[in-house]
Amino acid sequence: MHAPEPTLFGLLAEFDTPQALVDAANAARVKGFKVMDGYSPFPVEGLREALGKPRTLMPVLIFCGGLTGCFTAFVLQTFTSGGHPTEWDAYVPQWFNYRLNIAGRPFFSWPAFVPAMFELTILFSAFTALFGMLLLNGYPRLHHPLFEVKEFLRASSDRFFLCIEATDPLFDIDETYAFMKHLNPISLSEVPQ
Amino acid sequence: MATKEVVKKEPDEESLFTGTYSFTTVTSKINDIVLGPTSKGWVFGFLASFMVLQALLMALTWLLYEGIGVWGVNIPVGWGFDIINFVWWIGIGHAGTLISAILLLFHQKWRTSINRFAEAMTLFAVACAGIYPLAHMGRPWFFYWLLPYPSTMQLWPQFRSPLIWDVFAVSTYLTVSLLFWYTGLIPDLSSMRDRAKNRWVRMIYGVLSLGWRGAATHWHRYETIYLLLAGLSTPLVLSVHTIVSFDFAVGNVPGWHATIFPPYFVAGAVFSGFAMVVTLAVPVRVIYGLKDFITDKHLDNMARVMLATGLMVFYGYGVEAFMAYYSGSPDEQGLFLKNRAFGPYGVFYWLLILCNGIIPQLLWFKFFRTNIPSLFAISIVINIGMWLERFVILMSLQRIPWQSSTWGQYSPTIWDITTYVGTFGLFFTLLFLFMRLVPMISAFEMKHMMPESHTHAPGTHAGDKH
Repeated sequence: MHAPEPTLFGLLAEFDTPQALVDAANAARVKGFKVMDGYSPFPVEGLREALGKPRTLMPVLIFCGGLTGCFTAFVLQTFTSGGHPTEWDAYVPQWFNYRLNIAGRPFFSWPAFVPAMFELTILFSAFTALFGMLLLNGYPRLHHPLFEVKEFLRASSDRFFLCIEATDPLFDIDETYAFMKHLNPISLSEVPQ
Repeated sequence: MATKEVVKKEPDEESLFTGTYSFTTVTSKINDIVLGPTSKGWVFGFLASFMVLQALLMALTWLLYEGIGVWGVNIPVGWGFDIINFVWWIGIGHAGTLISAILLLFHQKWRTSINRFAEAMTLFAVACAGIYPLAHMGRPWFFYWLLPYPSTMQLWPQFRSPLIWDVFAVSTYLTVSLLFWYTGLIPDLSSMRDRAKNRWVRMIYGVLSLGWRGAATHWHRYETIYLLLAGLSTPLVLSVHTIVSFDFAVGNVPGWHATIFPPYFVAGAVFSGFAMVVTLAVPVRVIYGLKDFITDKHLDNMARVMLATGLMVFYGYGVEAFMAYYSGSPDEQGLFLKNRAFGPYGVFYWLLILCNGIIPQLLWFKFFRTNIPSLFAISIVINIGMWLERFVILMSLQRIPWQSSTWGQYSPTIWDITTYVGTFGLFFTLLFLFMRLVPMISAFEMKHMMPESHTHAPGTHAGDKH
């Protein structure tokens, strides 16, 4: 019914409840589609599983970020003020040796280094969390083919969308269109590339 | 337990969300405040705050020109209004993080409609707080000496000092609060982009939302990191006021050198922060017609948190008095009796007990938690009481160092007071801008909370994967 469009991004079906979107995503996954995504104004429970997408590795990244922060603060404090004077001093850059004798406490008084280590752990983890999420999601990306579809404006307010992309191995304009029509969407649009 | 909880939560949810709303109307109700016309009341409020802000700029300019001597601080009292107000403002900020992070971890759904507002309050309160230690340095243009960087002078900070811990704690707190707030804003900014009619408005929100399009894979990462940020902010907020209390407790000054300080400071911070949220939420929900979202139930819950933290603070006062007696040290005992309770600032001590200890006990009664004018009045009393607490903690002992020959008095000058008043100008200017420019309630989380948003996996009634 539609001529094959070489510059097609995919087909976009619109639904009015989150449940309808999850059901549609399930049907599409069972059918064998892989390159697809659901779009919703808020996180919909079960949608990721329905689409067959893997869990994110963000927690691991954030843990690594936190460790880096902790290590950075420890090394910084130990190198600058923690070392005992040794014969190696002549070979260490001057700015590493800033030993302050505070009330005769040891130079390497690590318990006093803990607050800064703690704060940098949190700081580095938080940076990893936000920027890692943005990077993995491909943001900032101000324009996207989906924004060409008028109905998609409501994806951030009150509508739920399923987009099967043209790069999916199973994608065939007529068959996929028929399949998505069968899911009873409110609207079904072609997304130009 | 999961099914039981759902049944039990139902009446609760209704009172958190009065009126009948759909996804569409929630979105328009919240976003139209921003996209709609500017009200006269807003212009008046903004201009009034902006004028008060000028007082701050004037006071700071005079301070920079003339030096720290324009303040009332001198020897022996080196920490005056600047440090009192620093601790006061940063304490206020803590309720925002508590609401957004700790209540999220505890699945307290009522936080949803107030978290954005409370987080904004955190940011602006920390901004106000940050001014004081900077100005207190005397030569604020050298503030970067506090940061660890390889300088040509080959100097490094003294990492064993609580004042340096403070630099790390407060700057981390400000940064992480900003990240957390912005993360929460991204989906709502994209909603603003899609609803704006004006091309420029659409472009500005479009850039700010970074092109967010709400894909399921994106939401999955988003939810994961939002929860983790909450988990990170929780110990962070506790650490910040703990470290602020270390500024006092690590020294050996009688009355400051106490192990009760960290928990007692954190409880006080939450206490004052919730009082400030109530003080702000009561007028805002009336002016912007948001009573359906910020319901009496929310105010009641916040009053309960105030009561609980108020009792912890009151316990702290008791422990301070008891430890002074039990230490057997004449310095500690003398400090408490002759200076704190019955000294020249004694009247402030008893006012503090009245404001923070006695009056909040009214919150045991449902009448005072649900009667909005009285709750509002109590929240103001608590704000004053928490300011007095910091005043008493700082003043009653700095004026009597070990050597009686150096005893002295402290009284603020007009510039101390102008600076303090001026920070309210900064706070409210930023708050008015926030209310005008971004949705003050998290619309996507409100929608997520609605019963219509719940889904079940089809054909898998027997067992869920998770």
